Amino acid sequence: MNPFIANTPDDTRAMLDAIGVKSIDELFADIQPRHAPRSFDLPKGLSEFEVTSKLNTLALKNSVGPVPFIGGGYYDHYVPAACGALISRGEFYTAYTPYQPEAAQGTLQSLFEFQSAMCTLTGMDVSNASLYEGGTALYEAMMMAIRITGRTRIVMDGGVSPIYRKLIKSYTHNLHFEFVEAPLLHGQSDRALLKKLVDDKTAAVILQNPNFFGAIDDHTDIVTTAHASGALVIESVYPVSLGMLKTPGEMGVDIATGEGQSLGLPLNFGGPYLGFITTRKKFIRQMPGRIVGETVDSAGNRCFVNTLQAREQHIRREKATSNVCTNVALCAIQAVIFMTLIGKQGLKKLARLNYDKAEFLKAQLVKIPGVQVKTSAPTFNEFTVCLPVNANDVIERMMHLGFAAGFPLGRYYDGLDKYLLVAVTEKRTKDEMLAYAEVLGRVVKELQ
Amino acid sequence: MKLVFEKSVKDRQGFKLPDTDVPSAGALKETYLRKTDAALPEMSELDVVRHFTQLSQRNFSVDANFYPLGSCTMKYNPKFTEKVAAMPGFADLHPLLPQLKGGERYAQGALEVLYESERWLSMITGMKAFTMQPLAGAHGELTGIMLMAAYHKAKGNKKKIVIIPDSAHGTNPASAAVAGYEIVTIPSDKKGGMDIEKLKSVLSDEVAGLMVTSPDTYGVFNPQIDEIARLIHSVDGIMYYDGANLNAILGRARPGDLGFDVVHVNLHKTFATPHGGGGPGSGPVGVGEKLEKFLPVSRVTKDALGVYALNYDGPDSIGYIASFYGAFGVILKAYAYMLLLGGDGLKETSAHAVLNANYLLSRLKGAYYLPFDRVCMHECLFSASRQAERGVHAIDIAKFLIDKKVHPPTVYFPLTVKEAIMIEPTETESKETLDVFVELMLEADELTRKDPGAFKSFPTTMPIFRPDETKAARELKVNYFASNA
Repeated sequence: MNPFIANTPDDTRAMLDAIGVKSIDELFADIQPRHAPRSFDLPKGLSEFEVTSKLNTLALKNSVGPVPFIGGGYYDHYVPAACGALISRGEFYTAYTPYQPEAAQGTLQSLFEFQSAMCTLTGMDVSNASLYEGGTALYEAMMMAIRITGRTRIVMDGGVSPIYRKLIKSYTHNLHFEFVEAPLLHGQSDRALLKKLVDDKTAAVILQNPNFFGAIDDHTDIVTTAHASGALVIESVYPVSLGMLKTPGEMGVDIATGEGQSLGLPLNFGGPYLGFITTRKKFIRQMPGRIVGETVDSAGNRCFVNTLQAREQHIRREKATSNVCTNVALCAIQAVIFMTLIGKQGLKKLARLNYDKAEFLKAQLVKIPGVQVKTSAPTFNEFTVCLPVNANDVIERMMHLGFAAGFPLGRYYDGLDKYLLVAVTEKRTKDEMLAYAEVLGRVVKELQ
Repeated sequence: MKLVFEKSVKDRQGFKLPDTDVPSAGALKETYLRKTDAALPEMSELDVVRHFTQLSQRNFSVDANFYPLGSCTMKYNPKFTEKVAAMPGFADLHPLLPQLKGGERYAQGALEVLYESERWLSMITGMKAFTMQPLAGAHGELTGIMLMAAYHKAKGNKKKIVIIPDSAHGTNPASAAVAGYEIVTIPSDKKGGMDIEKLKSVLSDEVAGLMVTSPDTYGVFNPQIDEIARLIHSVDGIMYYDGANLNAILGRARPGDLGFDVVHVNLHKTFATPHGGGGPGSGPVGVGEKLEKFLPVSRVTKDALGVYALNYDGPDSIGYIASFYGAFGVILKAYAYMLLLGGDGLKETSAHAVLNANYLLSRLKGAYYLPFDRVCMHECLFSASRQAERGVHAIDIAKFLIDKKVHPPTVYFPLTVKEAIMIEPTETESKETLDVFVELMLEADELTRKDPGAFKSFPTTMPIFRPDETKAARELKVNYFASNA
């Protein structure tokens, strides 16, 4: 019995009669015997109960127990119950892309609200309705800058996530772009070096704030430098930090992008996530992905539609601004629900909680003999500590003691084996942080 | 309906945060701080819940409406898969955990889901190996084309052309172009199949590969597909299978056996994960032996003891396609669906998808013009050309259906058929639902004879009347806070 098929034997017979064939197999006549599968040796189906319990067993094999201090761009923020409840409405999650606006005002208005919220959050003029995730969004932003400037040289700041950089390297492997990297200086962007590297062939400078190591910066001067050479500036940002930090818009950045997971989405082992992109209004026609615009219906009432579709693949085919079709509409709706729940004051408070708590833990950790914070650059809710021992060894021991201690920078950087990236969100309590500091101190001592 | 920003009242908040339990860290230097607050709405929780509940009610959805969009496979999305994806052991798992030294042991359950999903999809499609990384169909296409490019580069082949039929989805040429290829378009022959003589005429050593959907977007399985594969392989080209229409052939044919070298599968179509109003999707990519070493990293491995691990060493790999391992929450739902159906259930799925489509075809072909009058696969392609002669176009019929609370089929696609109406009922719809739809389509046809002028006003039963799309593009208001762009 297949619960997802309604046709009974009687229905099937009646339908075959109407079609004028004797069996379903006749309908597959174009698939000839030589096309038959060499094998289709799949297991027998299970009941709903059996599948659910099998997968619950697998879920329980994953360690979500240890208190998480891991970030790296993906954070253990609390997701309000109302977020999950609202996007669990079948009217949202079982709808298709809103190509028929009369039958999709729910999705369209929600996405317009999402775009507007992302604009005010990042201080930019226009937003699209989402891209797959932070890494692919940064790639799309870079391609956008290349189209706008007609140049192919990219200056990559050393603070940009190594995960994103690896992703961009894969995508551009065959495309003959020139990449130059500007390593950080004292944890922040190296102004003098960037000034030297940006030239009149540069399409864009790519920055991240806070950077991968956690440091906050004000990139306004770098924007001025870049613009003087006709280059654009792209900044990847962490949305929760914008409850406090200077926005890309205030710095004069041309394209802001980032990962929206922190806006009410669970960690989900890497996805689905939420890529976003906002920009200046003059660049809107080069922005990839779906865009929702306001208009009126034939009675003059406000309504919303997909707009500027002439940029997109289903109209322009190989001349489109991007091959993107599906975005992550439901994740964008979840994010705007989150932003609406938390509100103007709540976001400020959330950012402040993250900042204060991280500063508290940082102060505890530097009291441990041999543990240092190497730069004086300010940080938001994540910071890098240098340990007297290998970070991997510390992480391994602390995992057994109930803490996911952080991310070892040696995973992506040669010579940083002793560096640990530690993240703190509003969910970490003072007691958890004190316990973490105590255990870290003990483990470091044991390993020395 | 008002926007959240218009409902905002100062000092309201919809979510309670914890009070701080640590001392204030003091002020950051002003240069690092934003000058004005983000103007997020201020609303109580109930008002937020009511706002978005009311918005949701302004949507059609599979849960509430028949949704026969051609090429989109709007089948029912089983509820139990939502429950599985929300299990804390999956939903709260940090993607960087298995990248810690020895960290795979903290994610054995999740890695098993990825490994097993790859194995199931390999068996279903007849491919050697899969990557779950691509985050949507178009993302899978781009991945596939990058694999194609890596193959040719490794062999020293000088290739620059990708061949695509004119009936293909727009993502095909867009994806190939993004990867740096030139596109050569092949027209369809009179039966709707690929014109093999035309294909032969453009074959050359510069051809990197061919991208096709099978069954194609006319709903037809091309019996010459193996001949086409032979031709493409004769110039060392790669056969790319766009899995958009895989729902038609589960258990009946496998792309790998038909001669395809690389495939993408849309989990949000064939494997019943929700479309979400336009994502998140998932577009895993499978390859045959000759492309396997180029697959993205990380790969999930399983050792003799049954321990799963992530392998990032791929000297020939094209690298990272996504930041992590794919749209894991979506993959979980598809895996749960496959486990429930098993091999027999999947085969039955295609059988009834094709039965339902042919039933609609037989019931509607009296009233609507059939450009290709033959048995179809999982979708049937009509044209409103007869109705257009009476002044009623495919879009008008679509709006009539919306008025009657049925989501219209895909209209004006494929681009090669005038006034196209492409109907994909899927296997999950009952005969009663199909009959209601048939009656509505016949009623629409009847109305085109009696009162064609009536169509211009449809829909009248929806939250809005027809929108002015030209104004939207001309005035470009995409942000509540901005004046028109």
